[in-house]
Amino acid sequence: MSDADLDRGDFDAAGAGDLGDTGPEPLLRTLAPQVLGAVIRRFGDFASAEDAVQEALLAAAMQWPERGVPEHPRAWLIQVASRRMTDHVRREIARRRRETVVFEQQRGDLAPAADRDAATAHDDTLILLFMCAHPALGEHAAIALTLRAVGGLTTAEIASAFLVPESTMAQRISRAKQAIRKSGVPFSLPGDAERAGRLTAVLHVLYLIFSEGYVSSAGAMLTRADLAAEAIRLTRALQHLLPHDPEVAGLLALMLLTDARREARTGEQGELIPLAEQDRSRWNHAAIEEGVALITATLARGAVGPYQLQAAIAALHDEAARAEDTDWPQILALYGLLERMTPNPMITLNRAIAAAMVDGPAAGLAMVDPLDTDTRLGGHYRLDAVRAHLHEMAGDLAAARGHYLAAAGKTASIPERNYLTTKAAMVAERLADR
Amino acid sequence: MKFMMMMHAPRTGWQDAGIGTWPTADIRAHIGFMVRINQELTASGELVDAQGLALPQDARIVRAAAGSGEPVVTDGPFAEAKEFLAGFWIIDVESPARAHQIAARISAAPGKGGVPMNMPIELRQVMSRPPEDL
Repeated sequence: MSDADLDRGDFDAAGAGDLGDTGPEPLLRTLAPQVLGAVIRRFGDFASAEDAVQEALLAAAMQWPERGVPEHPRAWLIQVASRRMTDHVRREIARRRRETVVFEQQRGDLAPAADRDAATAHDDTLILLFMCAHPALGEHAAIALTLRAVGGLTTAEIASAFLVPESTMAQRISRAKQAIRKSGVPFSLPGDAERAGRLTAVLHVLYLIFSEGYVSSAGAMLTRADLAAEAIRLTRALQHLLPHDPEVAGLLALMLLTDARREARTGEQGELIPLAEQDRSRWNHAAIEEGVALITATLARGAVGPYQLQAAIAALHDEAARAEDTDWPQILALYGLLERMTPNPMITLNRAIAAAMVDGPAAGLAMVDPLDTDTRLGGHYRLDAVRAHLHEMAGDLAAARGHYLAAAGKTASIPERNYLTTKAAMVAERLADR
Repeated sequence: MKFMMMMHAPRTGWQDAGIGTWPTADIRAHIGFMVRINQELTASGELVDAQGLALPQDARIVRAAAGSGEPVVTDGPFAEAKEFLAGFWIIDVESPARAHQIAARISAAPGKGGVPMNMPIELRQVMSRPPEDL
């Protein structure tokens, strides 16, 4: 099913009402931001519109599998959500004895106006992304709101993805909506002056959702695949809306090229397998192909940004048939560019590894030394982990063991701690065999 | 009934005396055991939550300052403590006896050379709501 079909509102040319094996979920999730946009346009109240759309999505999820998908699913959803909104507004009026929400109440069919054209639906999804990544919101709130308002996930689903109680997540979303209401952000695309900065914020939120899914920041599970898949879906939708923005394409390519390695990244007991030791036949080669094509086409257009550079580095890793075929000189050069563009000790650490692969471990260690005094790193375990790795490369196994153990003691991720502790033991065994 | 099972680890030298000194195979066996325990408790419908805690070197004790209520942060836990909390489980089981059984199994997690560690597991009942007719 193409987006063009959705834009016309008649989504299934092959036989209306047939949902196939997947159920209505994918369709509903695509329509969610478009419906929400239409309802906000009409009623002008983000917070209650969002609740009304969730109710409409729920009604569709229950009714459509039984009764079939309506001929115009988007219009159906808008109509149901608008009725909920009308009820809500009436209740509010009755309660407060005054109008709190300005809305245009139409008699008869509410739907057609919202089905105006594809461009409006596209803009609405974009506006919602900009709203949810608004600087007035903290990262936690922006992520939760993006997943709900744009992703169409339920509060329960978001709560379970972030391993917090549902009531906590409901409150987080509700406070985020209040913050948006208070900030008085108009429901429109930001002007040109503001737009670049806001897009950067949107990309950052999408990247955080992806990272949260790829490497869980807490708990024992290494990957939470659903969040990564959702981040890719949303970034893909954004790329569809802004096909000429190179950083949007760069972020999508980066996600595809990183996620392609997910299966190979963990062993049977959930243990972390480093890039060099992964079974590359388990990589998702279709995703790699798509990611490589995307980043290649994007880089050719110029205006290189940090996401594109990271995607290019990921592509070089993914394109190597064996770890020893990796084009390290090219990776080193790209990390150099990235470091100049966005100076950051984490990038320096990665560049040190690339330098060690090109010029030997001493070059890498020299690059790492100045980071001891970098307060931004604040004793981060990665500094010890990289140093351990470089000492191991250099054959200084005693130093390697010490740094692996120090890193294990500092990480907040159980799979990472297990990995680093195991590395320390392996190095110790080699030391004993000497 | 719900219980919290707390696993304590000796405070001194996990790097020099603890898991940091075990052979690779023993570390793997221990990790595998912990993964399996959680899978089993999930499968039996008894697992509520399980979390590992970061090592105590970055632990802090926070108190409100008298008067202002501002946070006063010191290194912690108390230096004299011999053990630290390494992680905990919350389980929902039919009886205390079942909780004892599970705690004993975790206590016997394989250690160096595959020998059961028989470490102390502190078991505390999680308090429940009052009965309806209170």
